[in-house]
Amino acid sequence: MSQEFRLDNIGMVNRNKKISFTFNGKKYFGYEGDTIASALIANGVHLVGRSFKYHRPRGFFGVGVDEPYAILQLERNNERDPNIRATEQEIFEGLEVKSVNCWPSVNFDIGAINNFLKMFFPAGFYYKTFMWPPSFWYKIYEPFIRMAAGFGEASIKHDKERYEHKYEYCDLLITGSGPSGLASAYAAAKNGARVILAEDKPRYGGSLLTSDVNIGNQTGVEWSEKIITELKSMSNVIVKNRSQVFGYYDHNMLVMSERISDHLPKTQKYLPKQRLWYIRAKEVLISSGSIERPLVFGNNDTPGVMLSSAAKEYMKVYGVLVGKKPLIFTNNDSGYETAIEFKKNGVNPLILDTRKEPSSDIITEAKNLGIDIKFSYVVVAAKGYKKVKSADIAKISENKKDLSNIGNIECDCICVSGFWTPSIHLASQSGNKSEFNEKIDAFIPKKSKQKENTIGSANGKFTLEETINEAFDKGYEVSNKITENNNKVSIPTVVEKKSTEHDKFWCVPLPKGKSYKRFLDFQNDVAVTDIELALREGFRSIEHVKRYTTLGMATDQGKTSNLNGLQLVSDIENKVVPQVGHTTFRPPYTPVSIGAIVGREVGKHSKPTRKSPMHEWHEKNNAVFVDAGVWLRPRYYKQGNETLFEASKREAKNVRKNVGVCDVTTLGKIDVKGPDAAEFLNRVYTNAWLKLPVGKARYGVMLREDGIVMDDGTTTRISENHYHMTTTTAQAANVLSHLEYYLQLVWPELNVNVVSTTEQWAGAAIAGPNSRALLMKLFPNTDVSNEGLPFMGYKEADLFGIPAKIYRISFSGELAYEVNVESDFGNFMWEKIIEVGKEFQIQPYGTEALSTLRIEMGHVAGSELDGRTIPHDASLEGLVSKKKDFIGKRSLSRSAFTKPDREKIVGVVPLDKTTSIPEGSYIVKDPKAKLPNPKLGHVSASCWSVEYDNPFSLAIIKDGKNMIGQKLFAMSPLKNKTIPVEIVSSHYVDPEGKRVRA
Amino acid sequence: MLYIFCPHCGSRSQNEFAYGGDATVKRPELNKEISDQDWDNFVYLRKSPRGKHLELWHHISGCRQWIKVERDTSTHEIFKTYKADELIE
Repeated sequence: MSQEFRLDNIGMVNRNKKISFTFNGKKYFGYEGDTIASALIANGVHLVGRSFKYHRPRGFFGVGVDEPYAILQLERNNERDPNIRATEQEIFEGLEVKSVNCWPSVNFDIGAINNFLKMFFPAGFYYKTFMWPPSFWYKIYEPFIRMAAGFGEASIKHDKERYEHKYEYCDLLITGSGPSGLASAYAAAKNGARVILAEDKPRYGGSLLTSDVNIGNQTGVEWSEKIITELKSMSNVIVKNRSQVFGYYDHNMLVMSERISDHLPKTQKYLPKQRLWYIRAKEVLISSGSIERPLVFGNNDTPGVMLSSAAKEYMKVYGVLVGKKPLIFTNNDSGYETAIEFKKNGVNPLILDTRKEPSSDIITEAKNLGIDIKFSYVVVAAKGYKKVKSADIAKISENKKDLSNIGNIECDCICVSGFWTPSIHLASQSGNKSEFNEKIDAFIPKKSKQKENTIGSANGKFTLEETINEAFDKGYEVSNKITENNNKVSIPTVVEKKSTEHDKFWCVPLPKGKSYKRFLDFQNDVAVTDIELALREGFRSIEHVKRYTTLGMATDQGKTSNLNGLQLVSDIENKVVPQVGHTTFRPPYTPVSIGAIVGREVGKHSKPTRKSPMHEWHEKNNAVFVDAGVWLRPRYYKQGNETLFEASKREAKNVRKNVGVCDVTTLGKIDVKGPDAAEFLNRVYTNAWLKLPVGKARYGVMLREDGIVMDDGTTTRISENHYHMTTTTAQAANVLSHLEYYLQLVWPELNVNVVSTTEQWAGAAIAGPNSRALLMKLFPNTDVSNEGLPFMGYKEADLFGIPAKIYRISFSGELAYEVNVESDFGNFMWEKIIEVGKEFQIQPYGTEALSTLRIEMGHVAGSELDGRTIPHDASLEGLVSKKKDFIGKRSLSRSAFTKPDREKIVGVVPLDKTTSIPEGSYIVKDPKAKLPNPKLGHVSASCWSVEYDNPFSLAIIKDGKNMIGQKLFAMSPLKNKTIPVEIVSSHYVDPEGKRVRA
Repeated sequence: MLYIFCPHCGSRSQNEFAYGGDATVKRPELNKEISDQDWDNFVYLRKSPRGKHLELWHHISGCRQWIKVERDTSTHEIFKTYKADELIE
């Protein structure tokens, strides 16, 4: 089977390996190394999509990252990938792609009616057309626009592919392996620099793959192969293809996306689909080349109109003819190279050159080959709907304003060349302000902002000799700054056909009485008339024109459209381009998969999961877990068909009645050591610490400088200069940073060190009236009587041969102890406690029961210490020392904090003793008051009191102290509930605190 | 991403650090009378200069030392970094 548009003796695809794929359900074949674009063109397929706004037929315009049209949806290994550029995606066996933005099919697309309704879609149409009547917006306009907007359909399935991140450092990063990239990489690598050379295409060589040149007595292709082979063999060089450096960030950090598996039917085992590289480079050489600039004429978006360099690359790299009756439309010599390539492959092109009488080596060669050339000629309009069938051409006057001799000639493709636009995106992203170069009518980088240099055609150097010389010099120069090896390689001689100046002409005027659409931005359907309209409506700044018309705002970021848009604005405004200025380039240079940006940090992997040493035991005993910060904690231990409510009630009751054990490993623990430790704690906490004896613990509250409670916890004096501080699970990291801040910056004279010991200790809280009896069995050789180990006491003891620390502290309000052992013995400790505790009816309890116990005791936790409360609000004012100064003390005397009706914590009980009060409810005096109902405060935590067997909540309300005894209402508009309540003391159970001291 | 020279560890990426704000703020001395205005200035008021700024960074995933960084807030240029107790001319 042969392909109609495939050439036999040219191209770099592997003819020995046929690959079949489907496009819109129809089967085609291509060869290994083909892109979807080249394989479809080989099969004579040019209609691949529909345009964004008017649904006009779309073909192929470019051959790489610049492609504005050929965006397809891909199915690979049962995964959907929208927005694939057909010019970049390589084919593989079984590949399935289809067109987007068309319905029911690309051949017959209903949306094309927009083309006849263009008067309703002028620039900024979404601000104008859909304004009236207002009620139409939600029901008609918005659903319609949503259906019409966007290309492709993103999958809503979980992406099972793997993406990786990699960090790399190098002396020199070179972005692009064209002549300048290869030459500079070679010079720098030979000078001993650590080099990374990145190429976005599968093949190295850039323009050398398609240009007819000679370097050091070799063809461009031979030379690039030789250089790349040598670079690959060097240990100081990383060479990467299919890798796009898309972002230039601060301090020479560049990000590159490497497509590792996208060209394969399936991601190979142990390999990711894509890899994102974060590269910190000492120096960067930007050798990203240039992109051919289109010419603007009527219907210049018809399939078959494409860049002349693309047509040449399809022939030379893929062995594919884009047409058999080509028309070359050019304002410079580049079109001639394409024409000559056509001629060499047996196809007769016609060249229309806008210039009057140019002369150069290549024009002479074209003439000698017998190629037809018409000077001072332009294409007025392409004819044909789904493919170019002919073109109206005309002679253009010297002032480029008038057309004459309009005639029609048959052709099947129009290859345009409007000279070249340097790809200055990366330089611009680095902060380099570009300047307009009149000679090439384009912007080039100006003064380096970061450690970056732009070389080759990206820097506006359009002859190979200049490029090669500059690249070898720069490669040596920047590498020598780093290596100082002084190892300079010789520069090869370069042979290239001389070329001449381009014509400063890009937009063909309309003939009288014709209103062809002349497109500037091919992806967003922005035509000359849209820009004209925007300017008529008063938009002047190019940034505003861009946003109003959406010029250059498509996924191709105006790679082919920006300069022609600027040129048009400057022509209409009678300004020169540099006065108009250009819009800002921002990363990414090309679209990047969200998956690659996210990397491995997906779902559960987005943060670490920390488990206590007893985790396995909890799992085995039917624990249901809850996320507590990064920790997994047992919420309750399920027995039979119990619900959360039933289980937590059972667990909490058992603590009040017998004894329970809770895993408290997650509490933050900080070792505080040094001769000034007591003084330091005295400054950090609101209460007094200087007289705490060894072997005693104390509860403390610490504030921020603004007076707000930061954290609370107990701290124990282990020995003279050694304290063991505990923090809440959530604040552990912040408290450590806070302590380090004051020790290192504010009071460096204090001789104290702090270090986190959270993970070093496993903790079990043993709580309930039977806890002492249990402790006596666990530690038979230690006196744990009320006298031997009183409330807030501390002892070191021996737990069946394991050193343990016993703190007599209580969060549940019961007689309770906390036992700590080194983490490795955590499970041993836990199993011993359960085993020995059996005779005392021990049960493990989870965070839900823990909450119940602390709420009915009126102990505050995170839901009260919520970053808005001062000690008074949480009834902790008794812990605020009047004698000494501490962090945040001065703030407590600010007027808002000393108001007599300042909020205070209270208890709330529903009058019916059965209705639970939703957390977050408002406390109000009159539920029927006019909205907004003045609120007294809010419910911070709710539980079912196991002591009294009725619901109980904590609330922080205005003038709380004086509200006790009042009948108010808890309102939850969210749950649509209004509950009559009574305000009681927050200490609902054991208000005198007898149990903890028993 | 910034590349910050930690005087204890060497050059490290920004994601190892936490930002700590203006390094020139001095906490009022303990046990000293201070007016509401001066205290408010210390707690709440910070300059947000465009250009050179001496600021604190905490090498939280490294040596855990607080360091001072002289940085240009508009260009991100880092001129010099200091240890917490280093004298700054």
